[in-house]
Amino acid sequence: MNRERLAPLYGLLGVALLAALLEAIVDAGWVSPLILPPPSSLPAAFAKLWREDLLLQPILASVAQSVAATGLAALVGLPAGYLLWRRPVIGEAYEPWLGAAFAAPIILLYPLFLVIFGRGYATTIFVGFLSGVIPVILKTREGLIGVPPVLLDVGRSLHMGELQMIRRIALPAAAPGIFTGLRLALIYALVNIVGLEFLIDFGGLGRVVSDMYFRYEIPAMYAAILLVVLVSLVLLQGLRRLERRLRPQ
Amino acid sequence: MSAPALAARGLRPGLALAPVARIRLWTALAAVTGWELLAWSGLLYRGVVPPIEQVLVALVALVADADLYPNMLATGYEVLLGFAIATIVGVAGGLGLGASRLLHEAAEPYMDALASAPKIVFLPIAMLFFGLGMESKIALGALSGIFPILLNTMAGVGALPTIYGRVGQSLHLSRRQTALKIYIPALRRPIVTGLRLGLGVCIVGILLSEIKLSKIGLGHLAADAYSHFRIAELYAVLILIFLLASLANLSLTLLLRRR
Repeated sequence: MNRERLAPLYGLLGVALLAALLEAIVDAGWVSPLILPPPSSLPAAFAKLWREDLLLQPILASVAQSVAATGLAALVGLPAGYLLWRRPVIGEAYEPWLGAAFAAPIILLYPLFLVIFGRGYATTIFVGFLSGVIPVILKTREGLIGVPPVLLDVGRSLHMGELQMIRRIALPAAAPGIFTGLRLALIYALVNIVGLEFLIDFGGLGRVVSDMYFRYEIPAMYAAILLVVLVSLVLLQGLRRLERRLRPQ
Repeated sequence: MSAPALAARGLRPGLALAPVARIRLWTALAAVTGWELLAWSGLLYRGVVPPIEQVLVALVALVADADLYPNMLATGYEVLLGFAIATIVGVAGGLGLGASRLLHEAAEPYMDALASAPKIVFLPIAMLFFGLGMESKIALGALSGIFPILLNTMAGVGALPTIYGRVGQSLHLSRRQTALKIYIPALRRPIVTGLRLGLGVCIVGILLSEIKLSKIGLGHLAADAYSHFRIAELYAVLILIFLLASLANLSLTLLLRRR
């Protein structure tokens, strides 16, 4: 019990020590401040980003793209996952392909999408959509498979129609699995979208990192990278907590 | 599949395998047909979706081109070095952080934070420290690969039953013997999982860095084909990359397999 309160403190202590160490290294002149700005310059860098509207707006842009991509992934993935469950033969046929695609680095194909969609939101949202739709399909099917058959039997014995079965039995019972799929979709979409923004110099957070590098504003660049890490973390933890709260029992 | 197993999945025996294969076959055929139609229809700007024959021709031309091999070797070298660094740092770090419960819990949120961020954004930092050459790409590959390896190792250490340590004590084993004979074999599976995931992300990190820092390597070939709008060649390079990456993953799996 004591450890649970001690651990975060130790963590913060570790980060503080690291920051102090880096500060000392740069002050001593071992590393040029042009390559590694001292941590003390970070607050000013963040303030600068804030002044140039490069703090809140890019975060919103990246998150909005991820949400849009996840929405599309849900629109396509939920029915697809349902179909893969409802018709087990189709599910068996496609599941290995989807499993392989899940592990594949979609983002490597981005030059192809750039050619088709151009350097704009269509490409980023499409990449986000592709990253997200696969976990949605897989987890939806998984969630539905995990529904106790007796629940479906009750529906059938009450002569429920297909839509009623979905609305009243299948969907609520599979909801935890479906939510996991949506959570994964949002995270993967965000990670791939921010990475892509960096690569193609377009969009929100990733683009800020790239811009700062090209403008050789190194402290601001480090601040932007830190921002990317923070946003990923906040979203990840937030969604995990939400999932834990929404899950019954 | 046995009859009860099939019945459990709602499939009738004797009927089941053929439909699955049939569905896959028809899907593949439909995809190819759709692709060819799209390529020849002129719906998209010319050359954006090349017909499959053009891609195959480009693939043959790519493999026959002597220029491919220095680039392939460069990427291979970067992956090898990056993965080696990631393995050493990841396993050592995972063992160190996993050994103490306090350290483990203290470091976990920060590890999670870094792990959940796209590593490619750290490329400018690598470029600042290591310049524009191979070193920064190797660094980024190493950075990408460290996290799965470290996290899996850390989790593996955390999951070691304390009774393992007590067995070593009751047999009066030295620290070195305990580590070698008890802990390392027990950590084998999590470490191997971490290594396989790590290789995958390491390769992706290096390829993306090569695309951005295009000078040499397979990623550079892709970026080059893209910038000259040789799209069939771009597809060919990506197909080759996919095949080589699969080969690398297969080699690692075979290498790490229990003998």
